[in-house]
Amino acid sequence: MMETIAVYAVVFWLLVGAGFTLVGAIGLLKFNDSMTRLHAPTKVGTIGIGSLLMASMIHSYVFGDGAMHEVLIMAFLFVTAPISANFMAKVNIHVRSCDTPPDLPTGEDWATLDRPDGYETIPDTTDKPLKTL
Amino acid sequence: MSLATEIMNISIIVAFIAVGISQIMAMTRLVIGPDTGSRILALDTMVINAIGLIVLMGLSQGSRIYFEASLIIAMLGFVSTVSYARFVLRGDIIE
Repeated sequence: MMETIAVYAVVFWLLVGAGFTLVGAIGLLKFNDSMTRLHAPTKVGTIGIGSLLMASMIHSYVFGDGAMHEVLIMAFLFVTAPISANFMAKVNIHVRSCDTPPDLPTGEDWATLDRPDGYETIPDTTDKPLKTL
Repeated sequence: MSLATEIMNISIIVAFIAVGISQIMAMTRLVIGPDTGSRILALDTMVINAIGLIVLMGLSQGSRIYFEASLIIAMLGFVSTVSYARFVLRGDIIE
């Protein structure tokens, strides 16, 4: 009886994970702005993979000797997904594929748009017209 | 084969199909992506979906040997995404 309930739990987490992953990919494909596109896979897709890992964990408890190894992958993904999303948002600001942030009150540049010393080879995108939403 | 195991096999196949379709969608965004940020995002999504496919493969075969592979892919995927973004941001990866 307990085994049947566990198998249905595996099925539930599998279907939830598949649905979330698919929704994340649809969002990645359908959204029409690079900053909006950033939302779909980094949040929804990560939750989907977390659900698949949950299913794998329950499955190993039912059919084999149980192990919590998948928690490692889950923790790693959940920690690194916001960091990589932050980096990609900085890339979007840097190549000006979205609205640029307003000027700082002190007259300095934003760190993303600032140019490091000695790197004159970075293409100048300041005269590129800003994309309007 | 009991009913529960049969339902589980069907749902594993459904999950395989869903993750495969999302992998193809991410690849489409990688090809058509209009700017660099979208392409990096599509590559990041493809890495995450690859982890999902490997987990599903280990689940369908009932073996535990794919765990290390997915862990290494998770770490390498994060590092590669950060390196791509850093190359666009600074023009160099290790300054």
